[in-house]
Amino acid sequence: MQQIAIVAFSQSDCLARAGAANEVELIMPQLQAVYAQVGIDNAQDVDFVCSGSCDYLQGAAFAFVAGVDALGAVPPIKESHVEMDAAWALYEAVLKIRMGHADSALLYGFAKSSSGELPIVLSQQLDPYYLAPLWVDTVSLAALQARLLLESGLASERDMAEVVARSRRNALDNPHARLSGSVSVDELLAEDLFVSPLRRADCAPVADGAAAMIICTVEKAREWGVPYALLSGIDHRIETHNLGMRDLTDSVSTRLAARAAGVEDGPVEVAELYAPFSHQEIILSRALELGDDTRVNPSGGVFAGNLMMASGLSRVGEVFRRIAAGEIRRGVAHATSGPCLQHNLVAVLESAS
Amino acid sequence: MADTADTITGIECPVYLQYHFTAGRAPARFLTRIKEGVLSGQRCPRCSNVYIPPRGSCPACGVPTEEEVELPDKGTVQSFTVVAIPIPNNPIKPPFVVANLVLDGANISFIHLLSECENSEVRIGQRVQAVWKPREEWGYAMDNIRYFRPIDEPDVPVAQIGKLPVTGREG
Repeated sequence: MQQIAIVAFSQSDCLARAGAANEVELIMPQLQAVYAQVGIDNAQDVDFVCSGSCDYLQGAAFAFVAGVDALGAVPPIKESHVEMDAAWALYEAVLKIRMGHADSALLYGFAKSSSGELPIVLSQQLDPYYLAPLWVDTVSLAALQARLLLESGLASERDMAEVVARSRRNALDNPHARLSGSVSVDELLAEDLFVSPLRRADCAPVADGAAAMIICTVEKAREWGVPYALLSGIDHRIETHNLGMRDLTDSVSTRLAARAAGVEDGPVEVAELYAPFSHQEIILSRALELGDDTRVNPSGGVFAGNLMMASGLSRVGEVFRRIAAGEIRRGVAHATSGPCLQHNLVAVLESAS
Repeated sequence: MADTADTITGIECPVYLQYHFTAGRAPARFLTRIKEGVLSGQRCPRCSNVYIPPRGSCPACGVPTEEEVELPDKGTVQSFTVVAIPIPNNPIKPPFVVANLVLDGANISFIHLLSECENSEVRIGQRVQAVWKPREEWGYAMDNIRYFRPIDEPDVPVAQIGKLPVTGREG
């Protein structure tokens, strides 16, 4: 089976509002950045392109098709799209390369979710008969999950505040962060409740923007002559639509995906987790069985800014960056989709040397 | 178990979502200019093609288009069709002509209406010019131009369509 190399990654600043920019204008700078990293011209120089986005977020039907205008699709290219975070576009591209149908792939994810009311928009991804008509928003669902976690004694509000404080501190070193700074746990706990038991600070700040990545075979990475990280494992699992059926205090899908991706086969120096709510980082760290020697979200994670449809890909990109820079040798990236961590993807990245 | 007498054929789940939609920097610039009666395109820094209306990128090269190019309201018919069915909620009555037009100085066509013409005489290569609404009715909209109408200039040979300079047929 083909080994997969990650060779380039770029992410935009996490903007509260991207202003007048459209999808193409958000994507292009990130595409240009990853082309420059490997020394190629445009999407003609890779074998496959796959993107992740969700038309509901910006409120424009087939908005993702406009993204093709950013690629240079003359002559026509092989292109695909997932109505999901671009981490799943990465998964599709990995399959494509492993099957021998491509040697290289460009991936990108983008969203301009500031156009709508995101928690309400996301309520429409729920069960259309029983839940969507009730307009149950994503923050409320996350709050139900947090309550279960707290009441079962698996975490405290202080634990959640510690996640936020650490993430914001880590985000001080993240040039793309929307939110960063030193804030104490006691200061966070003194804040008002938002959707109990969540405080505003427990909810990752949502941002507009885009991220892009290039992956390829090891042979192609050598041909391009660029530093790369090996994607040694990747897997994703989904849980039932019915929230009442799930153990919301655990992430069984993450556990299974982690095992299949081979997380336990070596030390995990860094874990970049897509936890849109503070209590979810606690659930995910346990599901991944991370020890004290793992640095969780050194970038600040999505508490630095939650780029809808790109944050999952960015988690992979953050681990790649540290491996390519020689800072670490092995790390884990995680992406999530759906309410209360319904669908989870786990990737293991390793140094090539 | 329910039999056919209980069959539910539909449920009502109205969805209301509000958006503050933005067209993009390049379209916003185009719409701002057309409100002033100016047709403004963008040139690709790589292949030099001029796009109007612009989207902020050259879809052929995959690079941003930032150079603004002011274009005249004269152009050439690249293709056309005579439509015999009405546009819903539109005062234009069939049969009417929808055409792919290339403005002088532009390389890519856009679609608009053709009127004040004999439908049977419309042809590829025909020269046309915009008929604007009265200035006081101009908005941020493509229909500041009501339609294009034929002008008295010799046809453009097919190979030359989309290759005329901004100065037009005589340029």
